[in-house]
Amino acid sequence: MSAIALTDGATPSQARVFLAVLQRDAYVTWGEFPVFLAQVILQPFFLLFVFGKVLGSLGYTQNGYAGLLFPGLLALTAVITSMQTLAFPLVIEFGWTKEIEDRLLAPMSTGLVAAEKVLFASLRAVIATAIMIPIGIGVLGSIPWRWSGLPVFLAVVVLGSLLGASLGLVLGTLVKPNRINIVFSLVFTPLLFTGCSQYPWPSLARLRWFQIVTACNPMTYASEGLRGALIPAVPHIRPWICIVVLLASIGALLAVGTRGFYRRAVD
Amino acid sequence: MDLVKRYPKSPVNAVDGVSFAVCPGEVFGLLGPNGAGKTTTVGVLTTRVVPTAGTATVAGVDVVRDPVRARSELAVIPQRSNLDRALSIRGNLIFHAAYHGVPARVRARRADELLDQFGLLERANVKPDMFSGGQSQRVMIARALMHAPTVLFLDEPSTGLDPAARLFLWDRLRELRDRGVTLVLTTHDMDEAAELADRVGIMDHGKLLALDTPEALMRSVPGGTTLELTTSAPDAATADRILAGLRTLAQVERVDRLGSEDGAVGSGAPAQDGAFRGGELRMRLYVSGDAPLLVAPAAAVLGQNGAGLSDVKLGIPTLEDVFIDLTGRALR
Repeated sequence: MSAIALTDGATPSQARVFLAVLQRDAYVTWGEFPVFLAQVILQPFFLLFVFGKVLGSLGYTQNGYAGLLFPGLLALTAVITSMQTLAFPLVIEFGWTKEIEDRLLAPMSTGLVAAEKVLFASLRAVIATAIMIPIGIGVLGSIPWRWSGLPVFLAVVVLGSLLGASLGLVLGTLVKPNRINIVFSLVFTPLLFTGCSQYPWPSLARLRWFQIVTACNPMTYASEGLRGALIPAVPHIRPWICIVVLLASIGALLAVGTRGFYRRAVD
Repeated sequence: MDLVKRYPKSPVNAVDGVSFAVCPGEVFGLLGPNGAGKTTTVGVLTTRVVPTAGTATVAGVDVVRDPVRARSELAVIPQRSNLDRALSIRGNLIFHAAYHGVPARVRARRADELLDQFGLLERANVKPDMFSGGQSQRVMIARALMHAPTVLFLDEPSTGLDPAARLFLWDRLRELRDRGVTLVLTTHDMDEAAELADRVGIMDHGKLLALDTPEALMRSVPGGTTLELTTSAPDAATADRILAGLRTLAQVERVDRLGSEDGAVGSGAPAQDGAFRGGELRMRLYVSGDAPLLVAPAAAVLGQNGAGLSDVKLGIPTLEDVFIDLTGRALR
């Protein structure tokens, strides 16, 4: 006991504390990497397998549908992975286990604790999306790819991941633990199917009302952005519009989510 | 200081103008019933509650203006475990230290020392899921000490602990005090406050009602310490002489004659009819000082009147009595 100094004195730099918290998340994810893989890959994998491979092989979908589906599923992986990574644990941590308190009491501003959550969830989503590429090649045999579309591709993957994380921050701070099941099924399923991951948005012109509904789902712009980057021949929403809408959605959701985070963290 | 906290949608202030200072190295107890405002007060001091008005400093750092620096000076042991379930016990300690910028070399050594000291070494690599309340609390204290805080806040530390765990906790807390760590604990346990705290603040309805050492608080209860004597006297005149003699003793504030134990007047209550008809004589002395020291002089007074002492009872007030005296009711 005597060997322990009474105080360490100086407050560490914010960057150092931020990195330590990030390191904790990386350490925990690394320790359960197979679980992480299963959690993020299974859903897009089966969607890709059934809609892209099985239905195509049986002749229920047209040639080329798999190529159209693939960018949409990458967008879905990015958005859903970061949303799940952030929202579920956050609801539990704030509402039940209080695990987050040790980080809230670290010498770091409360906003940075939220920022770390968003950054880490986005990183996980980017990794999950990258893993989907070899899986797509394995399942489909070939995937649409265009090196000239790479800058837009990368930008939209990153923005899609941030979008999901921001949405996760909003949900994670708004939802009470006893409502977690109902809220997530009410939000999750519609988000999954109105985000244009399974169909290109312009083709919905024949179904005008649904086109309007999907236009309200920011995930649509991630799906369309990736289509624009990988298969520009298919009609799509122009990439710059996608990027602008994504940025605006992220900004708005982060503003709401950060306020929610402060309200949960500080009375 | 002059701390006020009103929660939205609440008509009253949860903390209503509370002011106090805790000296470095002191053990300070905030005592009061649930809902008294203790936890909110500690919430402000630990940067988790923003006060509606007033200022507060911890180790000289303003918790409202510079919460980040304040957090590096303090540590909090909550009532319920908030350990990181994704990490082992050692992981909890190591990462906590990392959050506080403790260098990597120091972290590992300090973790080993604390795990050993808190009897946690053999379970160091276990995750805290299956830990009991007492074990979790030990881990949380060890974790808190990883960044060597100046001030340690404990919320209801012995609630839910078995007697052995409670004694272990008290021993550890005394060791911390001896090392100069300032301890602030909230409790509704009178024994704990009296046992551990150098000074106790009694709170109710958001106000600090009294603040002093447990001894001084207990002495402050009017006629707090009592001495009950039983003797026998042949007649009323002798009884009056005895009472008068006792009243002249130093430190005796008041002497009441009580009804006889088997008499019509209830035990312990002052006699109602005033007439003493000989036989057993019971008296209660309200004492300002140390009651046991008065037994011998009192016996001498009885002896001068030819009476012997047949029974002595000491009444020492507890913090519970202090609380009842201040609020007019028992702790909820």
